[in-house]
Amino acid sequence: MQKNDSVKSASQKKQKAVSSAAIHLMLIAGAIAFLFPLVWMLSTALKPLPETTKIPPTLIPSKFMWSNYKEATTAIPFWKYAKNTLIVCSLTVIGTLISSTLVAYGFSKIQWKGRDVIFYCVLATMMIPFPVIMAPLFVVFGKLGWIGTLKPLWIPSFTAAAFNIFLMRQFFRTIPNELTEAAKIDGCSELGILLRVVLPLSKPVLLVVALFQFIASWNDFLGPLVYLTREETYTLALGLQFFQSQHGGTHWNYLMAASSLIVLPIIIIYFFAQKAFIEGISLTGLKG
Amino acid sequence: MKKNTENMFKGLIFISPWIIGFALFQLYPIYKSIYYSFCQYDVLNPPIFIGLKNYSNLFQDEIFLKSIVSTGIYTIMAIPLSMIVSLFFAILLNQKIFGRGIFRTIYFLPSLVPMVALAILWKWMFNGEHGILNYILGLFGIPGPNWLGSTMWATPSIVLTGLWGVGGSIVIYLAALQDVPRSLYEAAEIDGAGWFSKTRHITIPMISPVIYFNLILGIIGCLQVFAVPYIMTAGGPARSTYYYTMYLFDNAFSFLKMGYAGAMAVLLFIIILAITFIVTKMTTSRVYYAEK
Repeated sequence: MQKNDSVKSASQKKQKAVSSAAIHLMLIAGAIAFLFPLVWMLSTALKPLPETTKIPPTLIPSKFMWSNYKEATTAIPFWKYAKNTLIVCSLTVIGTLISSTLVAYGFSKIQWKGRDVIFYCVLATMMIPFPVIMAPLFVVFGKLGWIGTLKPLWIPSFTAAAFNIFLMRQFFRTIPNELTEAAKIDGCSELGILLRVVLPLSKPVLLVVALFQFIASWNDFLGPLVYLTREETYTLALGLQFFQSQHGGTHWNYLMAASSLIVLPIIIIYFFAQKAFIEGISLTGLKG
Repeated sequence: MKKNTENMFKGLIFISPWIIGFALFQLYPIYKSIYYSFCQYDVLNPPIFIGLKNYSNLFQDEIFLKSIVSTGIYTIMAIPLSMIVSLFFAILLNQKIFGRGIFRTIYFLPSLVPMVALAILWKWMFNGEHGILNYILGLFGIPGPNWLGSTMWATPSIVLTGLWGVGGSIVIYLAALQDVPRSLYEAAEIDGAGWFSKTRHITIPMISPVIYFNLILGIIGCLQVFAVPYIMTAGGPARSTYYYTMYLFDNAFSFLKMGYAGAMAVLLFIIILAITFIVTKMTTSRVYYAEK
């Protein structure tokens, strides 16, 4: 009997090992497929032009052309676009943090009639697709005199987007009401409670919202395409597309160099705030 | 009673940024979209009321009808594929394996790549002459097509490009999988359930709310696809990748037909609401919400 058992467990062990090896094999194959395009981007970015079309292709450039980066950043006014992008990103992050903390506080720490009904309306606005409103928005921004400036890209962030309100509110609700009530009894105003009690406890969610907003603004393409009519105000995403439509099909090494420069900051941010990213994204899916 | 009014006042003050933004940047533009859709309006001259003419013109517009078909094909290809791929890797990553964190990072990284860089990179890799994809296919003796230059392969190429950014959904599914109670699997194992039947009868039902959520968001996203085809193909060849939003964009900003674009916007909104409603109806009985 005992012998039988041990034979069975040995075969089970073997089966486990085989399936674990199979899983690893599939994961490694997938990982190569996911990672390769990024490697190829860097590889092309560092090649001399003739080598980009050489057959058979080389993975490691015969000569590392770091000068491609210099060429790519002077072929388009890269740093000017980078400055515009950073202005938009930082202003939207500031706007988002200020507005969504205020609004989320109103939806979580103050009891008032109709609050939850209005909150569902906020959630419902997430269903409104941008293409549906982009044309009339252009007319609105035109009347406000914002077209041709960066304003259409950052001023709306001061009015709080539904998704950020939602993330923030979910977090505020986990802060015990006893804390905010106690502060109220001590004579603290609502704004004081938000600033002195709620926000110091909310650093994780503030980080997540700030990160997501930064990346969304950094990556945004359609917004800048519609509202930035003057070349001086272009963001990196728009500038890169502009560059591509002019030089596409020839200087792939410069294009890849410029592209990798746009990817790099995001990847650096990711490695510094990996945990916040993964938690934030998991939260998005689970609580929806 | 006084306390109630005071609290309501305070609440409204706190949410006022949202109220202003909603009114100015969402509600008013929606109203304007509907209003323009009944008008001829070129931005420079005041709108002229023309009734339902924009709508009746749309349904005789071959470009419009073709854009609906191509957007539909794109969505039907992209949704199941991205769902299967993301679920597949999420389930693999959920096993107790060595180097899980590293794998998760690798799968997630591409989803962070800005749309413009992603589109240009894949345009390069799909290049018919010098692209690396056709070279790799050639190694296996397969003559690769001229991906983005062929009416047959352009849409699949854009679908594949999108598939590369599936890492966000993998992370969402993985988080959901980790919440499935171990005890359910143990009970099933005692009953002699294998890997497949555990996946089919435990894993999928337990994470069905997340699948539903991803499905809805995925469809809404596909119906609005813009940046990647705009950069990779500009709608070509022969308008085979000229999707709905691209035509809407051109009507509004290239042809200055704001009324026509308005009608397209209204229809897009209706289509999205209708599909969301239908998918919700179809899946309600299959989505399992655990008591919380």
